[in-house]
Amino acid sequence: MLREAMAYKGLDPDSIEMSEVDTEAAARRHEFVGSPTIRVNGVDVQPPVEGEPTGLACRVYRRRDGRTSPLPDPEDLREALAAAPR
Amino acid sequence: MPTAIGERAPDFELPATHGERQALSAEGAPATVVYWTCNHCPYALAWHERLLDVARDYSDRGVRVLAISSNDPERYSADSFEAMVERVEQEGGWPHPYLYDETQQIAREWGAERTPHVFVLDSGLQLRYRGAPDADYDDPSQDAAWLRAALDAVLAGQEPDPSETEAEGCTIKWKP
Repeated sequence: MLREAMAYKGLDPDSIEMSEVDTEAAARRHEFVGSPTIRVNGVDVQPPVEGEPTGLACRVYRRRDGRTSPLPDPEDLREALAAAPR
Repeated sequence: MPTAIGERAPDFELPATHGERQALSAEGAPATVVYWTCNHCPYALAWHERLLDVARDYSDRGVRVLAISSNDPERYSADSFEAMVERVEQEGGWPHPYLYDETQQIAREWGAERTPHVFVLDSGLQLRYRGAPDADYDDPSQDAAWLRAALDAVLAGQEPDPSETEAEGCTIKWKP
């Protein structure tokens, strides 16, 4: 999904940096609220709500139409990529 | 060895969020649905209402539905028994019991691997269907079609076809 969105925007999918968060301490250090977390230039494509706990969890996203999803809304992803300075 | 299609499902007796322990073999239901779920998995949450609807829609035919969570609450605090109780209360009650498999033994015996993971039993508590509720967690209109078809077949004394589909969802969070 991310690679497709990047390619569509003319970005290099091979520039994706992947990091594994495998401890609670690492989750706190990275402000990691669940997997997957996608950040464009350090900014979450769907910023978590204030107070959302960090931890090793599967992340619950909300689509724009309100549906629960394991992935962010594709439009959120595309907008984040479009808005990011190159 | 996980339960195979046609085999008698392993018995269990587990605590439920509403305070009463529930046993698999307690009632003579014409069909029983046992599905693994949890509080935090986005796939389980996406399919949640569809599964509750199945329980409501088939209750007048005596179908029994039980949900089980086996996740490790130490690493996933959102899946603690206390959080399960709170969730059911916040949602205004579920149409079926929500059980807690603390030792994860029942999940292993049944071969549950993901959340959700659906199992349909016949009147003899033999396994007749195992897998996903339907083809797409992302499409509510699927309406748990695979699960409903399996139930309809079992209630009609027939074999579900297919009897197995691939469960999709987060893995059950096993204890170290």
